[in-house]
Amino acid sequence: MSIPKIIKLVNGEKGNLIRITSLNLDGVMRRRLLDLGFVAGAIVEVIRKSPLGDPIAFRVSQTTIALRKEESSRIEGVLMTDGE
Amino acid sequence: MGNSYRVALAGNPNTGKSTLFNALTGLRQHTGNWAGKTVSLAQGNVLYKDKTFNLIDLPGTYSLFSNSNDEEVARNYIVFEKPDVTVVVLDATSLERNFNLALQVLEMTKNVIICINLIDVAEKQGININERILTNRLGVPVIKISARNKKGFPMLLDTIDRIVTGAIECVPVQTTYPDDIEEQIKNIEPKVSELIGNRLSARWVSLRLLDGDEKLLNEISKRFGQKEGSE
Ligand SMILES: Nc1nc2c(ncn2[C@@H]2O[C@H](COP(=O)(O)OP(=O)(O)OP(=O)(O)O)[C@@H](O)[C@H]2O)c(=O)[nH]1
Ligand SMILES: [Mg+2]
Repeated sequence: MSIPKIIKLVNGEKGNLIRITSLNLDGVMRRRLLDLGFVAGAIVEVIRKSPLGDPIAFRVSQTTIALRKEESSRIEGVLMTDGE
Repeated sequence: MGNSYRVALAGNPNTGKSTLFNALTGLRQHTGNWAGKTVSLAQGNVLYKDKTFNLIDLPGTYSLFSNSNDEEVARNYIVFEKPDVTVVVLDATSLERNFNLALQVLEMTKNVIICINLIDVAEKQGININERILTNRLGVPVIKISARNKKGFPMLLDTIDRIVTGAIECVPVQTTYPDDIEEQIKNIEPKVSELIGNRLSARWVSLRLLDGDEKLLNEISKRFGQKEGSE
């Protein structure tokens, strides 16, 4: 067992699986992300990253959703290495 | 018309609402494999027994908190236009995601049918769904269909029929919130109820107010404000 590595979604690399731990935003923006499936505990996969990193496409709860940097930089999670 | 009833189709994007709408009405509303095709409200009729069901195809959204124009259209239709029945169309292969919106609808209105579509795809993936357990837990009918293969339609139409005739009484499950929120609901719900009567669910409006939903507040005063006293 190693110490879990917490990263921001914006820093994820293609193929990474990240288990969300916190959303550092509130109000309408927070609500929108929750509705899209970015909830604590959810596992998201980084699907596609454009060269400038904006937007980034994630696979969350069986749907592909693209987030802007402003959003993905405020979501944190545990980087899961192969097979948990 | 005494025996005409409005039935709204709500649900996440791409769950087959328009496919269901087309199959039942014989119309051709745009369908396709990308999200967000339905923009305006298509309407069409289905004749069933001695009744006409007027189907309304709502835009697909992940939520009904009015963060986008689509969400506002769908939400306003459900709470203010008050269809006789709201059918929430879910993707059987993605129930966890789809239940976010379904549970929101259960808080907003009473006569709801949970219609689990794409059951053909789910079966191929080995997903088994026990609609009886879901019906018991949700307090409203849960029906499995495949809109593309026209499977499950008799059950769906019969259930709509039995809701509008009052043969089935829906008792939608209400989400319970943490104590502090429930406490605040208790404080404002009686006042909300006094103001809006039974035109809207007082619990739901209270929740929206606690969430600071100004759009809803504006919509309420727009729709109910002037008419006060004329009822
Ligand atoms: N296999 C299968 N495919 C289905 C079924 N129902 C719908 N589809 C397909 O799912 C896709 C989306 O269907 P639509 O009817 O356009 O979905 P919608 O809910 O109206 O989508 P929005 O208008 O974006 O909200 C289409 O490619 C349909 O052919 C079904 O029961 N089984
Ligand atoms: Mg549609």
